[in-house]
Amino acid sequence: MTGTGTEQVAMQEVSIVRTTRRARARRVLSTILSTRRALVGLILVLSMVIVSAFAPIIAPYDPVIPDHGPQFAPPGWEFPFGTDDFGRDVLSRVIWGGRKALVISLAAVLLAMVAGGVLGLVAGFVGRRVDQLIMRLVDILQAIPWLVMALMVVAFLGPGVWNVIFAIALPGVPGYARLVRSAVLEVREQDYVTAARAIGDGPVSIMVRQVLANSFVPVLVVMTLGFGNTLIAEAGLSFVGLGTQPPEPSWGRMLSESRSFISVASWTVVFPGLAISWGVIGFNILGDGLRDALDPRMRDIR
Amino acid sequence: MTAANGAADAGTVLSVEDLRVYFYTRSGVVRAVDGIDLEIAKGEAVGLVGESGSGKSQTALAVMGLTTRPGRVESGRIVFNGMDLRRQSAEAIRNIRGRDIAMIFQDPMSSLNPVLRVGEQVADGMRVHQPGRRRMAVVLDELLALHRLRRITGRIRARVVELFRRVRIPGSERRVRSFPHEFSGGLRQRVMIAAGLAWSPSLLIADEPTTALDVTIEAQVLELIAELQQEMEMGLLLITHDIGLVAENCDRVYVMYAGRIVEEARVRDLFTNPRHPYTQGLLASTPDLDDDQEWLVTMEGAMPDLTEPFAGCAFYDRCPHRLDPRCAIERPPLREVGTHHRVACFYDSPQAAGVEARRGAGEGSEVGPVGGPS
Repeated sequence: MTGTGTEQVAMQEVSIVRTTRRARARRVLSTILSTRRALVGLILVLSMVIVSAFAPIIAPYDPVIPDHGPQFAPPGWEFPFGTDDFGRDVLSRVIWGGRKALVISLAAVLLAMVAGGVLGLVAGFVGRRVDQLIMRLVDILQAIPWLVMALMVVAFLGPGVWNVIFAIALPGVPGYARLVRSAVLEVREQDYVTAARAIGDGPVSIMVRQVLANSFVPVLVVMTLGFGNTLIAEAGLSFVGLGTQPPEPSWGRMLSESRSFISVASWTVVFPGLAISWGVIGFNILGDGLRDALDPRMRDIR
Repeated sequence: MTAANGAADAGTVLSVEDLRVYFYTRSGVVRAVDGIDLEIAKGEAVGLVGESGSGKSQTALAVMGLTTRPGRVESGRIVFNGMDLRRQSAEAIRNIRGRDIAMIFQDPMSSLNPVLRVGEQVADGMRVHQPGRRRMAVVLDELLALHRLRRITGRIRARVVELFRRVRIPGSERRVRSFPHEFSGGLRQRVMIAAGLAWSPSLLIADEPTTALDVTIEAQVLELIAELQQEMEMGLLLITHDIGLVAENCDRVYVMYAGRIVEEARVRDLFTNPRHPYTQGLLASTPDLDDDQEWLVTMEGAMPDLTEPFAGCAFYDRCPHRLDPRCAIERPPLREVGTHHRVACFYDSPQAAGVEARRGAGEGSEVGPVGGPS
C-alpha cells in the first residue's frame, strides 16, 4: 500500500464528531438550562452570589449599627423585610449574613475537598495498612453526627471564623475521601495507567493527572451538593451561639435571637429562614443539574 | 550463555537471560515466564509468537519493569544498552521508559485516558523526560492541566503536531485537541505510536498492536511501525499470536510456549524448516489459500497448567513426536540446529521437516470449515 493510499484510508477513518471547546461548553450549559430544575438552581445560586458580592451597594442600611428605625417595624417601603428588636434593617442583615455564610461555606467546602481528596488519594494508592488506617479514621469521623462533631470542635477551639470553617469542613471530609479513593481504585486498574507508566509517568503524575482528572466531575458535583450542607451547618453553629459572633449578622444567629418574637414580629424569623432555604435548595438543585449535565456516562464518552 | 547466538554483540539493544516471572495466586504459583533468553540487535525486528497465556505479554512488561502484583520478576537479567535494568532504581527505570524503550499496547480503546485530550497525552511523554524537571513542578503542572488552564503551547505543541503528522493522523493541527472518543481505533493506535516515538527510543515493544483493529487498519498500522522502525533504527519486539504478521514484519522470531522459548530462528528458516513440533503444528494450522482444505487443522489439547511444575518438556502432552520417557522428565535445552536457529527439542526432525511436519502435527482433530485468519 502506498503512502498516499494509507493517508486516504486514514482520512476516511476519521468520522469526525468535531467538538470544539466552545461547543462543549455550550452543550454543558444547554443541558443545565434544558432541565428546568437545574435552571432554577442556577438562578437561586447566582442571585445569592451576586447579592452577596455587591452587599455593600445593595444593602440599604448598615447591618450592625442599631436604631436605623423603630423597633419591630413591619415590612414596608422603608424597610422591606422590617426591623428587629434593635431597629436594625432585617433585609440588610440577611444580605450581609448571606455574604458571610457563603464565604465560610466556600472555604469549608474547599478545605474538606482538599483534605478528603488527599486522604483518599493516599489511601487508594498506598493501599494495605495505610488504606486501613485512613479509612478507619474516616469511618470514625463519619460515625459522629456532624453537628455534635462541629460543636465539639468549636467548643474545644473556641469561636472564630477559621475554627468555624474547620468545624464545618471536618464532617465533610469522609465523603471526599471515599469518593476519591474509589476513583483511585477504579482508575488504577485501567490500561491507560499502564500506558502512562510505559511512557515514563511517575506515581505522582499518575495520581494527580489520571486519577484526579477522572474524579473531577463527581467531586465537583459533591462539592456543589455539599455547599448546601455547609450553609446549614454554619447557620446551625450560629444558632447555638458558636458560629458568627454578635453583632455581626448571620442567618442562624438571627433565627435564634428573634425566635422569642415570632408571634409579635414574625418577619424577623421568616426572612432569615427563607434565605437559608433559598441557598440550600439552590445548591442542591444545581448539584443535581450539574451531575446530569456532566456525568460522562450520560454523554458520548464511553 | 547466549554467546553462541551470533546475531548481535556490540549492537545488542536488549538481551534477556533466564527471565522468570511468577504469579503468586491463591491457587498456586503460576510460572508465566519460565526462564527465557531473548536478544534484539539494533534496528532489528524480532517477533515473539505464542498462544494466549504463553507469557508473551508478561515478558514485555517485565522488560518495562511494569510487572504488577501478584506477579514478580523472579530471576534473570534484563540488559538494555549494556545496563542491567533489574539493578536500576525505580527512578532510573522511569527515565528509561518512554524515552529509550517505548511500548504500544493491545487495545488502543483503553490505553488512552478518556478525559484527557490526545495531544495532552502525547505531550505528557515529552514533558516527563525533559531534563531538570523538579518534582514540585510536576505536581503544579498536573494540577494546572487538570483544570485545563494550561494548554499545550509553543515548542511542545509543535512537536506533538509534528509527531501526529509523522504517524499520519490527518489534520494533525486540529486533532491534537481532540478527545480519545472522537478517534477510531486505528487513529488511537497511531496516537499511542506517536506517544511512544516522542524521544526516538532505541527499542519499541509492540504488544499485539493490531489485535483490536480490523484487517485493513492492521496492515496500515504495521506498515507505519515498520517504516518508523527502519527510519529510526529502532529495535522492535513485535508480540503477536498471528504468525503471519511475523512473516511479513520481522527478521527473526522466537516461538514461546507455556512460558518458555521453544524455537528461535530467522523468519525464513522458521517457515521453511520449522524444527519444534509446536512450531510445526502452528504452521500446519495456518490456513492456506492455495490449498483445497475443507477443514481447519488444529492442534489437539491445551497448554499445561502453569501452576504445576513440570520437569520435562511443556509440550509433552500434545507432542506427536515425544520420546518416552526422556521428554517427560528432562527439560530440553535450546540447541543449535542451524545458523541462528535453535530449538528446545530432543527429537530430530528429518531435513524435509516442513512437509513432514504438516502430516505429523496435522493428525489432530479437524474442527470447523476453514474461515478467515483468526
